[in-house]
Order: sequence, then structure tokens, then C-alpha cells
Amino acid sequence: MTGAAAAARRALLLGGLPLALLALWWVASADSQSFYLPPLRQILVTFADVWVGPRLVDDVLPSLVRLLTGFALATVLGVGVGVAIGSSRRLRAALEPVLEFLRAIPPPVLVPIFILVAGIGTTMKVLVIVSGCVWPILLNTVEGVRGRDEVLEDTCRAFGIAGSARLRHLVLRAASPQIVAGMRQALSIGIILMVISEMFAASSGLGFTIIQFQRGFAIPEMWSGILLLGLLGVALSLAFRVFERRVLAWYHGLRRVERGPS
Amino acid sequence: MKAGRWQRWWLGVAGLLGFLALLEVVPRAGLVPDRYLPPTSRIAGALADELGQPGFWVALGDTLAGWAIGLAVAVAAGVGLGLLIGSVPALRAAAASTIEFLRPIPSVALIPLAVLLFGTDLRSKLLLVVYASFWQVLIQVLYGVQDVDPVAMDTARSYRLGRWARIRHVVWPTTLPYAVTGFRLAAAVALVLAVTAELIIGSPGLGKEIAVAQTSGAVPAMYALVVVTGLLGVGVNLLARALERRVLVWHPSTRREGAA
Repeated sequence: MTGAAAAARRALLLGGLPLALLALWWVASADSQSFYLPPLRQILVTFADVWVGPRLVDDVLPSLVRLLTGFALATVLGVGVGVAIGSSRRLRAALEPVLEFLRAIPPPVLVPIFILVAGIGTTMKVLVIVSGCVWPILLNTVEGVRGRDEVLEDTCRAFGIAGSARLRHLVLRAASPQIVAGMRQALSIGIILMVISEMFAASSGLGFTIIQFQRGFAIPEMWSGILLLGLLGVALSLAFRVFERRVLAWYHGLRRVERGPS
Repeated sequence: MKAGRWQRWWLGVAGLLGFLALLEVVPRAGLVPDRYLPPTSRIAGALADELGQPGFWVALGDTLAGWAIGLAVAVAAGVGLGLLIGSVPALRAAAASTIEFLRPIPSVALIPLAVLLFGTDLRSKLLLVVYASFWQVLIQVLYGVQDVDPVAMDTARSYRLGRWARIRHVVWPTTLPYAVTGFRLAAAVALVLAVTAELIIGSPGLGKEIAVAQTSGAVPAMYALVVVTGLLGVGVNLLARALERRVLVWHPSTRREGAA
């Protein structure tokens, strides 16, 4: 197969089914009279009307800022506490049942609690996002710190590497693949919590706007919001993949070398 | 070994008791106003109250029903489609990008749609639960099918095992551990989404009770219900792990664990 043909085949595989599904949606809904399922054409036109413009700055951006703030805080908190717990056997044994319980609480039920404490402002939403995102990061950090290579540990000791250098080059480095895996889980939880905290009680934001559309029976607008949330989820997961590839380049390279040329 | 395990157990119990004592002392000492965080004893009292009310048990049953039905549908669909897509290479290649695109769509995006289509019906809860947990199972099953040993597959083929026999005796045993992992992840996600649907949409269940307790200012009752959802989450995890051990008794990873 020549290069061009191979590229065409890859493009077909990559884009074929999604395009076919979109086309199907377009055609099937083209002259839909159903109130709840407007034609795709109309949804796309509405999408441009609704989201391009002041809404982008007033609703979408603040939501994203809250998400990223909460996510960043959860990462710092999760890694910090995770390293402390992972380094001490006793602490781990003492805290394990409590952590298991706290992690098992479905994060959305914390929304009413934080509304009680912090009202319905930005603080509440960021707190909700932190409280949901922190567990996968924390528990993965604990596992990662615990599972570090003993030989490397001894090597560090033999070379007198201690303190912050040990933390940076041994502990965090060894745990980083697990930490990143935890962060990936946390990000998808974060998106959910961002939307839910705004749906439950808010006066602005993406989730709030979509629920307003639904309550006002602005159906094409509502569909465009669902579409936007979907695109946002996909965009964030792609962005995270780029981040992961960069941060864990050493790790993936190491794995390739260990597995041998294939 | 034995002594170590006992010590761990005691430390765990001590940690739990310490946590409960902390939550009792902090509001009593006035560090946090008790209308925000009632002391443990009052939450326990409210929990006892709830346990005595038939409404609580109905709500618990609603939540569990939504969880179980949704999970069952998601697992059946995930395993079925996963095996199908996984064992036909052309289908797999064509579907990969679509799956990658659909999976990160947050399930809560479907909430307005669910409300419009089904209202507060059980079906809107199921829509969310199934959508969220389906991907967990599907992705794991796809990984599992990909992991099938090519030599085993070629052997089966040269012994003229039919397509079904190959799936039954070669593909399925390889996929099963992955599918069980998918089940474990899906079980946790399904509970979260069931409670979310109740909280936001108002389908009957524990989540709705929490929202009601919050709006009526019944703070200890709200905390008690949150504790119940947490215990439910722990229960779901334990159940999934027990199932994992039972289904995979034959698998080397379980056997090694048992011997150690």
C-alpha cells in the first residue's frame, strides 16, 4: 500500500463512523416535527447564536476557571497528603478505613452540605470540585509512594540523597505515573461536579444556563448546551492526554525499552 | 505476619474512632458552628430516627433498584458490544474514534434531556446510570479481547474450533478479569449517578431525601443520609471485590494472593 492510500485509509477509519453517525442524525432529524428532537441543522445554528458571544465570557469561562481552580487545589492537596500517608505505615493503617469511607461517599451529595457552609457562590462550587477530585489523586498517590522501587530507595540512601531532593527525584518521580492516572480520573469527576454544582443552585455558569433552557422549554438551545458540554469533555480529555504525554514521556519511553522493540 | 495484621486492624479502628471523636469535639468546642456541622452524636441520633421511618427504607430501595437495574443493563450491553466490536478487527478500527469521542462526554450533560423525556420517572435515572457505567465496562472488555494470546487463538483455530467455541473457550476467559474490573468501576459510578439523578432531577430515592432535608433545614438528617450513601458506597465496593474474588478463583492473580 502506498503512503497516500494508507493515509486515506486511516482517515476513513478515524472519521468514517463519526461522520456517518452525524449524517444519520442530520438526515433522520431533518424534517423532525417532534418538539423534543429538533433538526440537527437547527441545533447547530442555535449553537452559534447562543454560545458565541457574551455567554462564552459570562457563563462558560467562569465555569472552566472554577473547574481548573478546584482541580489544581485537589491535586496539590491530594499529592501532599498522599505523600505523607504513603510514607508512613502506621498512618496508612490508621487512616485507611476513614479514607475508604470518605471516598465512597458519592461526591454530588456533598453539594447540599457545601451550600449550607458556603452559600451558592464560587467558593461552594470550588469546594465541591475539590472534595470530589481529591480522592482518586490522594489514593493513587498513596499507592504510588508505597510501591516505589526498593533498589532506588537504597541507592538514594547510599548516596545520601535526602530531604527535598529525595522527595523530588525519588518519591514524586516514582509515584508520578499513578498520580497522573489519579488526575485523569479526577478530571472527569471534576467536570461532572462543575455541572452539578451549577445545576443544583447557582445564578450563572454552564450547568445553570442549560437547566434554565430546559425549564423554559428552549429545546434547541438546550440541545446546543448538551453538545457544548460534550465538546468540553472531549477537549479537556485531549488536553489532558497532551499533558500526560509530556509529563510522563520518560515513563512511556522506559516502558517501550523494557518491552523491547516490537 | 499475624501480629502485623492485628496491629493494622487496631490502628484502623483507632483511626475511625478518632475521626468520629474529632467530628464530635469540633462543633462542641465551637470551632465550627453546629448548624454547619452537627456533632457525631446528633448525626447518629438523626440516623436512628431515619432508620425507624418507613419512608427511608422506600427511598433506599428506590436508590438500590435504580442502581441495580442500570448496572445490569450497562454490563450486559458493555460485554455484548465489547465482544462483538473487539472480535471483528474492521469494526474495532472503525469504532475506536467514535468511542474515544463519546466516552468523555459527561453523563450529567444528559440530565436536561432525561428530565424532558421521562420527568422524574425511574427511566431518567436509568438513562444516566446506564450511560455512565456502560463505558467503563465496554472499554475494559475491549482491552480484554485485545489481550487474547495469539498462540492460544491460533491453536484453537487449527483445532477447528468454531467462532462460538473460540469466544467461549479462548476469548471469554481472557476477557473475564477485565470485564470484572469494568464491573467494579461501573458499580461505583452507577451509585454516584443514581444518587445524582435523585438529587438534581428529583427522582425518588436517597438523593432526593438529601435535597429535601437541605431545603427544610434538617441538618443532622441531611448528614445522616450522606453517611448512609457513603456506607452504601463502601458496601458496593466490598460486594464488587467479593464478586471479583469468587468469579476469578481460577485466575493466577487470585490464587497467588490466596497463597501469600
